[in-house]
Amino acid sequence: MAKASENVVLHVADVHKTFGGLHALSDVDLSIEEAKTHAIIGPNGAGKSTLLNIIVGLLPPTRGAVVLDGEVLTGKKPHEINQMGVARVFQTPEIFIDLSVIDNVMVSAFAKRDGAFKLRFSKSLESEKEINQRAVKILTEFGLDDKMEEHAGSLSRGHKRRLELAMCLIQQPRILLLDEPTAGMSRHDTNTTIDLLKDIKATGMTIVIIEHDMHVVFSLADKVSVLAGGRIIAEGTPDEMRASTIVKKAYLGEAS
Amino acid sequence: MFNIPKKDAITFVLFAIVVLTMPIWLTPFGASYPALLQKFAIYALLAVGYNLLFGLTGYLSFGHAAFLGVGSYAAVWSFKLLSMNPVLALSFAILFSGIFALAIGYISLRRSGIYFSILTLAFAQMSYKLAYSVLSPITHGETGLQLTLQDPRAIDLMFIERGSSLPTSNLFGISMSGYSGFYFTAIILLIGFFIAQKITSSPFGMMLKGIKSNENRMNYTGFNTKPYMLTVFVISGIYAGVAGGLLSITDPLAGAERMQWTASGELVLMTILGGVGTLIGPVIGAWLIKYFENIFSAWNESVLHGFFAFLPDGFEDIVVTISSKFVGEGWHLTLGLMFVLVVVFLPGGIMEGARRIGTMFKNNKDKKPKQTSDSEKQSSDSEKGEG
Ligand SMILES: Nc1ncnc2c1ncn2[C@@H]1O[C@H](COP(=O)(O)OP(=O)(O)O)[C@@H](O)[C@H]1O
Ligand SMILES: [Mg+2]
Repeated sequence: MAKASENVVLHVADVHKTFGGLHALSDVDLSIEEAKTHAIIGPNGAGKSTLLNIIVGLLPPTRGAVVLDGEVLTGKKPHEINQMGVARVFQTPEIFIDLSVIDNVMVSAFAKRDGAFKLRFSKSLESEKEINQRAVKILTEFGLDDKMEEHAGSLSRGHKRRLELAMCLIQQPRILLLDEPTAGMSRHDTNTTIDLLKDIKATGMTIVIIEHDMHVVFSLADKVSVLAGGRIIAEGTPDEMRASTIVKKAYLGEAS
Repeated sequence: MFNIPKKDAITFVLFAIVVLTMPIWLTPFGASYPALLQKFAIYALLAVGYNLLFGLTGYLSFGHAAFLGVGSYAAVWSFKLLSMNPVLALSFAILFSGIFALAIGYISLRRSGIYFSILTLAFAQMSYKLAYSVLSPITHGETGLQLTLQDPRAIDLMFIERGSSLPTSNLFGISMSGYSGFYFTAIILLIGFFIAQKITSSPFGMMLKGIKSNENRMNYTGFNTKPYMLTVFVISGIYAGVAGGLLSITDPLAGAERMQWTASGELVLMTILGGVGTLIGPVIGAWLIKYFENIFSAWNESVLHGFFAFLPDGFEDIVVTISSKFVGEGWHLTLGLMFVLVVVFLPGGIMEGARRIGTMFKNNKDKKPKQTSDSEKQSSDSEKGEG
């Protein structure tokens, strides 16, 4: 396995995770390279979401560590890990359903500008022109400009995902983690999302994407890791993975 | 510093007019006497401050009665030891309730949800019990803390002779009882309301709403939510402390019953009845409950007979007999029923009722063109629950 080269942004170093007796992750070692899109595929229950949970600080690993640009993330709190540049889109959208769409994005922008804690109550929100303009700009790019004043909770599932993506990107993160961003979407919405993600990739963003849909994986990924039963069973380019018999087996196993 | 959005400025001016003219418009309701007016202003302030915590962040505290009590005791001690000046007394109320809220908040906020509520409840009940026992040198236990003729009043007595009767609190000679006392409390209420408006419309307020909506998302978005929570908890506790201080300023007697958990419970009722998360709602809730407690509870059968005199005699007796169960000592029944009705039919409280009536009128004015977009909004709203 290729070890940390110079342009590795995120290194998942030999991570194990057990839940009681269940080995959710074993010996997981991943190197995510700068400006590349790295897909993690694998059947349901393979441990993909658990891996992301460990990266963002939601779960501690049983063993091993996660390193971002040479700094150890493991043991840090979720807000500290985000402030270091890790942004995540969840499998079920995590947004502020009681706030308006634009406020969702503005909250995110404040976190980036002001840090983990800063009291601001002498100025009103209305006078935060710069943040507001950036929020409007990104929502326009994401095709949500006609929904800016709506409650985020009233958006369709696809739009909620899109909003969550906008919330992540307004922070200009070092690395973007996507957990099944097209799950439950129609073919048409999936294609729009692929185009959107291609644009994001073109800006030089480093992306980790968990995905079920092979069409999405082959359209976007530079590198693919296959996770099954908590282990990485194969790793390579999309074409190599397409040809691999191990991968076929893992997937056929799931289908039966 | 003093600029607020235009909409808020209008609300503030209207609110100020309503508050300052209370002695006039409450007259027909039989509620325009100073002691009650002062209570209206003080409990409105308490509710506004409570709503900053509960309304904005969703954290339900049962500990605010303790801060109210601390503020009351601090103010009376300021009278006894230093001076009858209300501003000095309020400063001490702010200081001590702030320290208290910081300590209780620091520990209680290690948990959220129901565990947070229980922790605050435990601290408040502990303070209440201690006020009757271990702390009675400070609180004077069941008698309550009051002024005496022998109080040192170090600052006052440098300037004036000790009188032969108990002094009252006064601001450079203006008495803090009666109508002038009401206007003092009303001005403090307006200041408190203005600060609450500023917080609500600021980035800080937005963070608090974010915490209420999805605290996990706040963490993954890069916020350390704990210091935000502690800040608003202390601010909210100080509002309660100021309210307690004002209770002592208008009537210098502090008793431990103010710290009982039922007082916190009443505060929750006020906020929910009026409308959680709105600025005006908690004020209306506070006024309604205080009105019931003080006026409605005093109604008896003879008042009702006067009220229903227009009915035929036999029928009048029946109506009076039935309705008498709901007034006087039965006022709790009416309040309880009202609360149930509001929670079931108007989860957003009285303010939601007002909003609905408002939309009804608007829809009547421009009937047809609006309808489609409204039904669209409805169907998308119903989706809200998911996720
Ligand atoms: N917090 C948890 N506690 C206990 N078991 C968990 C927890 N999270 C995940 N698991 C288990 O770990 C395994 C991997 O889950 P997950 O990472 O969600 O899979 P995937 O995202 O690949 O579908 C599953 O068997 C799941 O039941
Ligand atoms: Mg998953």
